[in-house]
Amino acid sequence: MTQNAEHILDHSELFRGDDYQQMLANKKALFENPHDPAEVDRIREWSKTPEYREKNFAREALTVNPAKACQPLGAVFAAVGFERTLPFVHGSQGCVAYYRSHLSRHFKEPTSCVSSSMTEDAAVFGGLNNMTDGLANSYNMYKPKMIAVATTCMAEVIGDDLNAFIKTSKEKGSVPADYDVPFAHTPAFVGSHVTGYDNTLKGILEHFWDGKAGTAPKLQRKANNSINFIGGFDGYTVGNIREIKRIFDLMGVGYTILADNSDVFDTPTDGEFRMYDGGTTLEDAANAVHAKATISMQQYCTEKTLPFIKGHDQEVVAFNHPLGVTATDDFLMTLSRITNKAIPNALERERGRLVDAMADSSAHVHGKKFAIYGDPDLCYGLAAFLLELGAEPTHVLSTNGSKTWEQKMQALFASSPFGKNCRAYPGKDLWHMRSLLFTEPVDFLIGNTYGKYLERDTGTPLIRIGFPIFDRHHHHRYPVWGYQGSMNVLVKILDKIFDEIDRKTSSVGKTDYSFDIIR
Amino acid sequence: MSRATTESVAEIKARNKQLIDEVLKVYPEKTAKRRAKHLSVHEAGKSDCGVKSNIKSIPGVMTIRGCAYAGSKGVVWGPIKDMIHISHGPVGCGQYSWGSRRNYYVGTTGIDTFVTLQFTSDFQEKDIVFGGDKKVTKLIDELQELFPLNRGITIQSECPIGLIGDDIEAVSREKSKEYGGKTIVPVRCEGFRGVSQSLGHHIANDAVRDWIFDKSAPEVSSKFEPTPYDVAIIGDYNIGGDAWSSRILLEEMGLRVIAQWSGDGSLAELEATPKAKLNILHCYRSMNYISRHMEEKFGIPWCEYNFFGPSKIAESLRKIASFFDDKIKEGAERVIAKYQPLVDAVTAKYRPRLDGKTVMLFVGGLRPRHVIGAYEDLGMDVVGTGYEFGHNDDYQRTAQHYVKDGTLIYDDVTGYEFERFVEKIRPDLVGSGIKEKYVFQKMGVPFRQMHSWDYSGPYHGYDGFAIFARDMDMAINSPIWGKTTAPWKDTPRPSLMAAE
Repeated sequence: MTQNAEHILDHSELFRGDDYQQMLANKKALFENPHDPAEVDRIREWSKTPEYREKNFAREALTVNPAKACQPLGAVFAAVGFERTLPFVHGSQGCVAYYRSHLSRHFKEPTSCVSSSMTEDAAVFGGLNNMTDGLANSYNMYKPKMIAVATTCMAEVIGDDLNAFIKTSKEKGSVPADYDVPFAHTPAFVGSHVTGYDNTLKGILEHFWDGKAGTAPKLQRKANNSINFIGGFDGYTVGNIREIKRIFDLMGVGYTILADNSDVFDTPTDGEFRMYDGGTTLEDAANAVHAKATISMQQYCTEKTLPFIKGHDQEVVAFNHPLGVTATDDFLMTLSRITNKAIPNALERERGRLVDAMADSSAHVHGKKFAIYGDPDLCYGLAAFLLELGAEPTHVLSTNGSKTWEQKMQALFASSPFGKNCRAYPGKDLWHMRSLLFTEPVDFLIGNTYGKYLERDTGTPLIRIGFPIFDRHHHHRYPVWGYQGSMNVLVKILDKIFDEIDRKTSSVGKTDYSFDIIR
Repeated sequence: MSRATTESVAEIKARNKQLIDEVLKVYPEKTAKRRAKHLSVHEAGKSDCGVKSNIKSIPGVMTIRGCAYAGSKGVVWGPIKDMIHISHGPVGCGQYSWGSRRNYYVGTTGIDTFVTLQFTSDFQEKDIVFGGDKKVTKLIDELQELFPLNRGITIQSECPIGLIGDDIEAVSREKSKEYGGKTIVPVRCEGFRGVSQSLGHHIANDAVRDWIFDKSAPEVSSKFEPTPYDVAIIGDYNIGGDAWSSRILLEEMGLRVIAQWSGDGSLAELEATPKAKLNILHCYRSMNYISRHMEEKFGIPWCEYNFFGPSKIAESLRKIASFFDDKIKEGAERVIAKYQPLVDAVTAKYRPRLDGKTVMLFVGGLRPRHVIGAYEDLGMDVVGTGYEFGHNDDYQRTAQHYVKDGTLIYDDVTGYEFERFVEKIRPDLVGSGIKEKYVFQKMGVPFRQMHSWDYSGPYHGYDGFAIFARDMDMAINSPIWGKTTAPWKDTPRPSLMAAE
């Protein structure tokens, strides 16, 4: 017996005891009908070969370990960024349980969202009653200021019409006639979570700007000097949006952050549960139509929203998750150009500090090869930063990346001598990445928590940047945007590089040299 | 607040009834009427808890429930380690349930073992329009090529499959024939079916019956000689290793565990289970169906057991032993005696720190009752409990064997109700899921996830009880809960003062 009250063994230690190990070996031998270990080894080695890679890349129907989620997750993420707004997802209820769990596992925060709980009868007759009852219940129970409706694939397959359903529900008195219920169709079988973010944000702006589904006059734009800011689907939203606000304040820019979920995903533990916190006020969302311009930090999260805004006579500018010196320079210079505000000395000094840090440490990053996967904009931003550091983003993979994203990535690679041997992989998954890492090894892998399976299989050290991060805590509280955010990314990368050198040189009596105290 | 010695059962009942009345006021009339049937105060001596259950959740109320897919892929099938489970439909379902249930296993992941991989047909619009049968047909070929050591395949249907009229049964039969009788199981667990995960469990059980028991030739894969002491563990998903810390006790008492359903389980174990002399059933809710089937078809008796906390473990070991001869009965006594010093040491260490503390639970279909004994072994009181997807037979078992007079009962609790109940009752601990965890911690109430064991575990068996006791202590007695109010705010909540 290994367990004892004085030193209680956790699962990681408990099952390594002889008694458990013997038990598991017997179970396997007697009851599991195991394959011959030699055969398992043979297949494992074969799975590392170029031959396997070729078959793996020939897949047409099967997806294994994708790095993307479905639309409504992005819809929920965007909706909670508005003042006292309750996301309401029309369709099967299990989906909502999943979105809430997924976001809570990343942010370590509550995620409030309701479902219209459609079942078999709704599949046959449509979900109108679910919508009508659901809106009335949510409105009475949770006192939201706005209910933002999205859909699961079930409601989409049976073709429920949100506009008509919401109208009917209002006629039946579920919510007051002038109550704000913006909506977006967010089918899970189109695009990914970034598409759902886009559709939902567009749906909310359309609601306020274009006459609330025919129930109010369209807003007349009266141009002002404010700018709108859209972060996109972002696992670092808490740290990033706060950093962006700081930058805007330093520059003296008037701004509206659209879908500002930086507070609702970072509420204090002080005895009160805040179901709603912060967020873009509904007034600001409406008045955003008057802004001079809208800046999106993630082009592929706003492919429909930006043209919609442009259609309202605003200048729109999209970035690709800007990271590093040049991308942040571009961001600030664009901001300066649009607002006619000078970039203040304080930011120039931050820039200098980032350049200083990169100069101090570049010897450790220069020439290293990286594989990156994640959402298309994040991949672009990281790759551009690595190129600046003299590193090679050898494999850049985005399951929800498109052909145009691929072209954009290839153009980026072509712009740098360090991009010569780099390639972008749109629409591929992490099982493809596994083959890439075995057949064309790199020094480091950058990705989300699921990258730990790749790290284990291929031995490529994982730097956790992306969404979701389930197995490390609190990184979402620190920005990755701006010069200071880029500094955080640099430090994450450097920490792993130094840890790796130490790990590889820590055998006493074998590598006492190189185990250096100063690096 | 800790057990108040001054509060009589009558007072508790009155307060709980008042609480129920209060929460119902928030609802529109129709909803209040429906929700009232799910909330109750337990009356000792009654045969059930006085609530309706296994009824559709009400739209818009923030139910905590999931869906049939979660019950089938997420719970029953997902842990079968040497089979590949395809999340058939759009990408999300498989993504959100990828690796999050902590079904521990041993195997060469990605080569002969597949639990923590996410296989999906990643439906696109054209698949909805033209149907997905061709795609899943091709997908099976690709699985066979890239994962040749898989022992079988299941097709876990997501919502669209049933809506667009796909015939996954035909695909399964055809591909099974093509691959020499390979086990390929179509599972109709579309998320819109039924009212919760529960129907998914049932559908998954039926799929084992129809596509494994009725098709397999057990002698092919199960090469062992039967013994009189062969049992199967049914309804243990090996979360944090629960099935292992249970199995070790059964083996120590002289039994032989020939199968685990389904944590760390394999296809061969499923196929061999009809050879068992007794099926022992932990999660009644999710696997009573297949246990009853095996009783009817193969004459295998089954018995429920509870491996949470030493009182219930000892009771269960004796109950299981009662199906066997004296050798096993003596074995049970030997095991109980062997672990008594551990139990004594754990209890001596933690009971003084936990005695009198109160707990509110809201979990799935088993734990809202099953863990109560373990808390009581530590001197704690469960003052409120409810099931996400329990049926009336669960509430009967709860009433007859577990809860005390006056316990607040809430079936398919809504976010609003749970928040209000906890706010008013102020238990020392809430045990529920990830969606609830941070709500209550923000309120300053200690919390443990009772689905995933909050990434700890095992909690089953004697080894698990030690971990359970430590975890509850570290949740409740963490110094952080004394710091939720800033010291310059000199108005601590009255309820917290009363707790001391």
